[in-house]
Amino acid sequence: MVPSAATAPTPNEYIVHHITYLTNAAPRGLVDFSVVNYDSVFFSVLLGALFVGTFYTAARRASDGVPGKFQNFVELLVEKVDSQVKDLFHGQSKLIAPLALTIFCWVLLFNLLDLLPLDLLPDAANAVGFGHLRVVPSTDLNIVFGLSLTVFLLIIFYSVQMKGLVGFLAEFALNPLRLSHPLGQALVAPFNIVVEFASFLARPVSLALRLYGNMFAGEMVFILIALLTLSGGFARLASVGGWGLTLVSMVLGVVWSLFDLFIGALQAFIFALLTVVYLSQASEHHD
Amino acid sequence: MNINLTLIIQMIVFAILVWITMRFLWPMILGPMEERSRKIALGLAAAEKGQQDLAQAERKADAVMQEARERAHQIIEQAQRRANELLEHAKSAASAEGQRLLAAAQQQIELEATQARDSLRRDIAQLAVETAAKLLEREIDARTHADLIEKLVAQI
Repeated sequence: MVPSAATAPTPNEYIVHHITYLTNAAPRGLVDFSVVNYDSVFFSVLLGALFVGTFYTAARRASDGVPGKFQNFVELLVEKVDSQVKDLFHGQSKLIAPLALTIFCWVLLFNLLDLLPLDLLPDAANAVGFGHLRVVPSTDLNIVFGLSLTVFLLIIFYSVQMKGLVGFLAEFALNPLRLSHPLGQALVAPFNIVVEFASFLARPVSLALRLYGNMFAGEMVFILIALLTLSGGFARLASVGGWGLTLVSMVLGVVWSLFDLFIGALQAFIFALLTVVYLSQASEHHD
Repeated sequence: MNINLTLIIQMIVFAILVWITMRFLWPMILGPMEERSRKIALGLAAAEKGQQDLAQAERKADAVMQEARERAHQIIEQAQRRANELLEHAKSAASAEGQRLLAAAQQQIELEATQARDSLRRDIAQLAVETAAKLLEREIDARTHADLIEKLVAQI
């Protein structure tokens, strides 16, 4: 935020500024594959590299002797994910546990960016000539759907691999209503197909929107807290009311940061956990 | 707020990250962990075996100690018995020797007393013969009257 009374934006301008992406072109329509959100891609790749770099550093120094603190921390994460996956997923898969670890760590890093001072990186970007910058990748629909659609493709892949294409498609007609008489089953099949297909498609959508909604709301609250002290700049500190407002915004900022930290960790965990649950369902027969 | 190429890029990046994690990171981290837990299991088993060995060795040592104590006890008892025997033996030998010495001394005394008595008798007989010769004023031939003198000696 620019602390000058003369150039202070209106609340509306401030909010719009904060929810506008740094893009190559203004998007036309709801879906436009000629547009790229540079900021989301940048932070997504940066945090992905941070995750891989951290774990690679730990892995390269890993020994079967007495582990250090850093190695302990990484092993704790790996072990928790591994045991969680073993509880939920009963098949043999080399993919599921690393997938869950990647999702949890990556999404957690996304969400932790929400705790950086709201204007720090956008203002820094402004100073070097970028008009907009959205920092938290998990508040970008493209990012969350990028994750959930990949998971969705894996669900389909696992289902087809385990049950065959026919078995996979047959499940839509055979659930949730299952009758012993073939004719009865044929009668309820249309109903089954509608219900099952809806719940099948709901998985990636709910997976993505749950994370997106929580993180976007968290960011919105930070923006609203920042609005309290939007106008007035340093001149505000000349009055008692201005001081009071500043203190209130600081206290609210701290409280919401703690809450958002909790939400961010929880949502990362839920995303990873549901991924494992969906994939274990996909690879199990419902006979 | 729209869906754009970012979605595709994110999917590709995601796939690459998962592949890296699955192919490299996961085995690199989990391998040493499994190796360590195997080592720890081996160590615990070795410790358990060591403790069992120790307990067994202690039991063996106890048995050996017990045996040694019993043996020592036996030896001491035997030695005491032997000492007593030797003592008794020495005592009886000593007392027998004493008895023997006493008897020899008594014998000696008796012999000497007999000799003294004999010599005294002879002197008395001599005296008596001399006295009788004086009384008869005639030399009594000692040889001719030897048998007489012997009779006299025996009478005294």
